[in-house]
Amino acid sequence: MTEQSPVASLQVFTFDLPQRNITWLERAIGPEFYRIFRGVITNPLSITGTALILFWIVIAGLAPVLAPPLNTVNPYMIPRDGFGTTPKVPGTTWAIRPPAMPTILQPFMPKGWVHIMGTASGQWDIFYGVVWGARTAIKVGVIIEGLCLLIGILIGSLAGFYSGWLDEVLMRITEIFMAFPFILAALTMSAVLTPTFGRGIWAPTIALVTFGWMGYARLIRGDILSLRERDFVMAARVVGAKDSRILFRHIIPNAIYPTLVLASMDIGTVVISFAALSFLGIGTEVGYADWGQLLSFARNWIPNLFTYWYIVVYPGLALILFVLGWNLVGDALRDIMDPRMRGRGSE
Amino acid sequence: MTQYIIRRILILPLTLFGVTILIFAMLSFLSPEERSALYVRDIPHNKAAMDGIIKRYGLRDPIYVQYWHWIAGRPDPVTGKINGGIARGDLGYSRYAGQPVSDLIKRRFPATVELSLWSLFPIIGIGIWLGILAAVNHNKLIDQVARVFSIIGYSFPTFVFGLMLLMVFYAKLRWFPSGRLSDWADAIVSAKTFTSYTSLITIDSLLNGRFDVFLDAIRHLVLPIVTLSYVSWAVFLRVTRSSMLETLRQDYVTTARAKGVKEKDVINKHARPNALIPVATIGGLQVAALLGGVVFTETIFNFPGIGSAAASAAGQLDVVTVMGFTLMTGLILIIANLIVDVMYAFLDPRVRLQ
Repeated sequence: MTEQSPVASLQVFTFDLPQRNITWLERAIGPEFYRIFRGVITNPLSITGTALILFWIVIAGLAPVLAPPLNTVNPYMIPRDGFGTTPKVPGTTWAIRPPAMPTILQPFMPKGWVHIMGTASGQWDIFYGVVWGARTAIKVGVIIEGLCLLIGILIGSLAGFYSGWLDEVLMRITEIFMAFPFILAALTMSAVLTPTFGRGIWAPTIALVTFGWMGYARLIRGDILSLRERDFVMAARVVGAKDSRILFRHIIPNAIYPTLVLASMDIGTVVISFAALSFLGIGTEVGYADWGQLLSFARNWIPNLFTYWYIVVYPGLALILFVLGWNLVGDALRDIMDPRMRGRGSE
Repeated sequence: MTQYIIRRILILPLTLFGVTILIFAMLSFLSPEERSALYVRDIPHNKAAMDGIIKRYGLRDPIYVQYWHWIAGRPDPVTGKINGGIARGDLGYSRYAGQPVSDLIKRRFPATVELSLWSLFPIIGIGIWLGILAAVNHNKLIDQVARVFSIIGYSFPTFVFGLMLLMVFYAKLRWFPSGRLSDWADAIVSAKTFTSYTSLITIDSLLNGRFDVFLDAIRHLVLPIVTLSYVSWAVFLRVTRSSMLETLRQDYVTTARAKGVKEKDVINKHARPNALIPVATIGGLQVAALLGGVVFTETIFNFPGIGSAAASAAGQLDVVTVMGFTLMTGLILIIANLIVDVMYAFLDPRVRLQ
């Protein structure tokens, strides 16, 4: 009789634990992110949203191919076909100084480059504006959200970490910024900054950042208030870590993710606000490839809007589909990340 | 509870102080020439006269002196008459409208109030009704439809939605016109025989017995109301739905069901009143949304309220005018938030008893 190995004898005590397969992806990105990722890719609404976001990223990336610019120095200026006031219907041939036709479309248009989506008053090409507008939207969305996050995280984490009078002061200041209707405050700030920065994306961008950071400050402050009481923070303190190290190396990395994810999903809302300012005429200059700017051309044609439907429908649809994409994903994420909903499936 | 309200009211002056500081900080980005609109109607174009005005109103004084003058007004060094001073209700002069900003606000405000008040009915009624319906039919078809509807709702920018409504119902079908009144109705309203009790045309016309004017006013209001309330329905729907879902999971609801209360009564009498308490908290947010929404709605529908005035002023970079509107809407919002907080404390016994 052979002697049993000690390991084999231990087998007496093992029993079947419900095994869960941990995939390489979960190992790579960690369980929390994996849960979020799985939630997003298993929900039909958020899949649609992701597809929409990817679609716009592709359009923005391929803008120079889809709509070759005439003015390569400033490609964001929409090329115009003359100066006539009456909009032209989609499909009209490009008469004066047409830009190059996109290579992929050449087989379909033997007669030369046309205004695929028509022109707005002033003969600005709508198709060009919609395509390059995607670039403007993504650029502006990322810049504004990035800056809002930076300010929000800085103020929120200082308030949460030090609490006491600093927290009180910073939170009162935050509330004062929230005391105005957002769009009116941004409108004012943008009007104030326009003489300094000139018409363009910067005045509205700074205005939207000035009145856009408060939500993130409050969110991360709340998370940090609970984190700072945890044992690992105490451990770091006992070891003698400095405040700045505890805050930046231990607390913020643990508190930042909900804020980061939610902020990235707010890009849609920010792009609406930016387009809204342009629509009211205090954002980008006339002829800049921006959806709100294109829509503002419709304001001159309200009684004939049905005849010139393409001024509203194409840029409007672009804006809606862009925002819808972010909101669909954001909606799913909010459910996944809401601790009250955890483990209950998507509700 | 009393303590809470007292604390909330005590903090009010502090907030107001902060708000004025913030607005003044924005104003100080302007050149002294532009800021002179705070005190004088006609801004001179020659340099000597401009310098005289800058000197007279101390527009190059230290910033805290200027702030004080902006709040309390500045006595004229020659005549001793006090000019400006937002605390005195003098918000300066509107370059774009050619009149004092406070007069402009007074003239434009009733139209906005009328539009906002009428919008409250669909916002609260439809939003809450759909929210409860969605929660009761959780995960059924109606819930999914409501959910998709609400996501689309807040993905639809107000101004795009308004433009599309105009395109179909005004430009094509000619059902609903833009503006506030038709020309013939406007003539009646501005005539001497028409008494203005409230400045709200829908109410005044009924009080004057002019039903035709009332109908005309309503026809002009339909599209702006739909536009203004569309996004807010979506928000009310979501909050009501999730609050109702939460309430329906409470033990006391199960108890009610277990003792045999009819499902209709469980929903209407036991669950709904409690589910609506959290909905009250978004009241303040909704006031903000309305005040922001009127800017676009009024601009698109050519509705003569404060929103369209603010938008036109901003378009012409008339900062003093926009600032007046921002200050006023800020005040309205602060008061609305105070009312909502106090009301919430009254509504929720858990807060009340603390």
